[in-house]
Amino acid sequence: MELTKQEQAMLDGKEGYAVRKSMEILVALGEIFDAKNLIDVGSVQVAGVSYHNLGDAGLEFLDSLAKDGKVRVLTTLNPAGMDLENWQQLGITAEFAEKQNLVIDAFQRMGILVSCTCTPYLIGNLPLYGEHIAWSESSAVTFANSVLGARTNREGGPSALAAAFVGKTPCYGLHLDENRVPEVHVQVETELSKLSDWGALGYAVGKKAENQIPYLTGIKTAQLDELKSFCASTVTYGTKPLFYIKGITPGADKQVQPKETVTIKAEDIKNAYDSINDNVEEIDFVCVGCPHCSIKEIQEIADLIEGKKVKGDVELWVATSRTVKHLADKRGYTAIIEAAGGKFACDTCMAVAPLKGRFKALATTSAKGCFYSRHNLMKTKMGSMKECIKAAVSGKWNSN
Amino acid sequence: MEQQLKGRIIYKGKAEGEALVTNMPISFFGGVDPNTGIVLEKGHELEGLSVKNKILVFPQGKGSTVGSYTLYRMKKNNTAPLGMINKETETIVAVGAIISEIPFIDKIDTTKIKTGNKITIENENIHIITH
Repeated sequence: MELTKQEQAMLDGKEGYAVRKSMEILVALGEIFDAKNLIDVGSVQVAGVSYHNLGDAGLEFLDSLAKDGKVRVLTTLNPAGMDLENWQQLGITAEFAEKQNLVIDAFQRMGILVSCTCTPYLIGNLPLYGEHIAWSESSAVTFANSVLGARTNREGGPSALAAAFVGKTPCYGLHLDENRVPEVHVQVETELSKLSDWGALGYAVGKKAENQIPYLTGIKTAQLDELKSFCASTVTYGTKPLFYIKGITPGADKQVQPKETVTIKAEDIKNAYDSINDNVEEIDFVCVGCPHCSIKEIQEIADLIEGKKVKGDVELWVATSRTVKHLADKRGYTAIIEAAGGKFACDTCMAVAPLKGRFKALATTSAKGCFYSRHNLMKTKMGSMKECIKAAVSGKWNSN
Repeated sequence: MEQQLKGRIIYKGKAEGEALVTNMPISFFGGVDPNTGIVLEKGHELEGLSVKNKILVFPQGKGSTVGSYTLYRMKKNNTAPLGMINKETETIVAVGAIISEIPFIDKIDTTKIKTGNKITIENENIHIITH
């Protein structure tokens, strides 16, 4: 890979430890993937924030970078292992909170916005069509590539940080036109009637287009929340972090529909539900907001739960960004949900909070949420917002 | 018998130790216990064996990108391999080796190395002593 004089100086340590370490990472990745050069990035999204996953060693690494590392572009943060303000209510221990706060403090010192959300595009980190960025968080990477038409590889936490400290990323993979060509045509021959159907579709497409870029046809309309759900699901269950939907996502009209075709029928959606759902009736945890809830989803929850009560031994979490919760506070949705016994889980989510062993069975709108909750030893049920709120109130899953 | 192989440096340095070889990709996050170095993944060829202080030889990494931090944790806990050799690496293990400063080479025909061989890694060169 060719480096400019300034880049070589960075690699030689002329701009400090954090920049040198970052350049070592970027150059190694560039060499592995045959990048010719580094390119400027417009923004960065950093994952690897939960102390649950980082441990003391990860914290130490971040601390060492924070000593002289400062981000050079707009940089936002993925969810942490807890609500940074309201962690006691969510059952997080003081020991965990102390460590998690040290992690957050290190990111603060680097100049990163402590946004703690997997939906940076909803709170002001909104890349433009064609813009090069370096994001981690697979659902956000997929959203940025597919729905916004920006360009990013699926970065890990350290490589995203490296891009933030240098302001550049090696030019390979999804930064290049030739690697953004759809590889398989996915003909959708069924109606999608509720939010979780998009999660199920993501599962089905993930399995049928494993490690490929799908080009979907047959979808007439799509809303933001539906695409957000589909992005999270399809990449979790197998595709590359880029897709096209004919007539809906930008750039689809510039691509040629691939010859190889697979179809998604009603039975594929049903099979997806059958694979994701366990045989369980009693629900003790309901969590919506994977990816983090938009203000529209919170409005829907408030409408559904107003005047009702979450059952005594059930927890209902609404996972969202603090920025979106501020809007919910102003509009009165927060008061309605909390009066019903629901809890807001800002800055965090069910995939990264230390939840192993705390709950037996989860109800959620999210296919991705089900995947990660299995790691936390929960049984899972996926359904509509209405079915989830019903489960929170009754403690039972009953989709009829 | 002695043998020399040449690969591509991912993280330069010198390491000497006994080879632990597998033909299966490794997920460090969730697949290896960072406190002991023991491979946990069900059904993995190395399940139950420790990678601590070995020259770990495997085709490539897999799984969550958090795996880079797991390697770093292992290095700090003294449970990490002394060096690593891959057939064709990917970002998770590459980044993990760089931040943990573990000597690491790829583009190696890993079938030429057997568990128990004495290995010296020095920059792009691998020296193998078989019994």
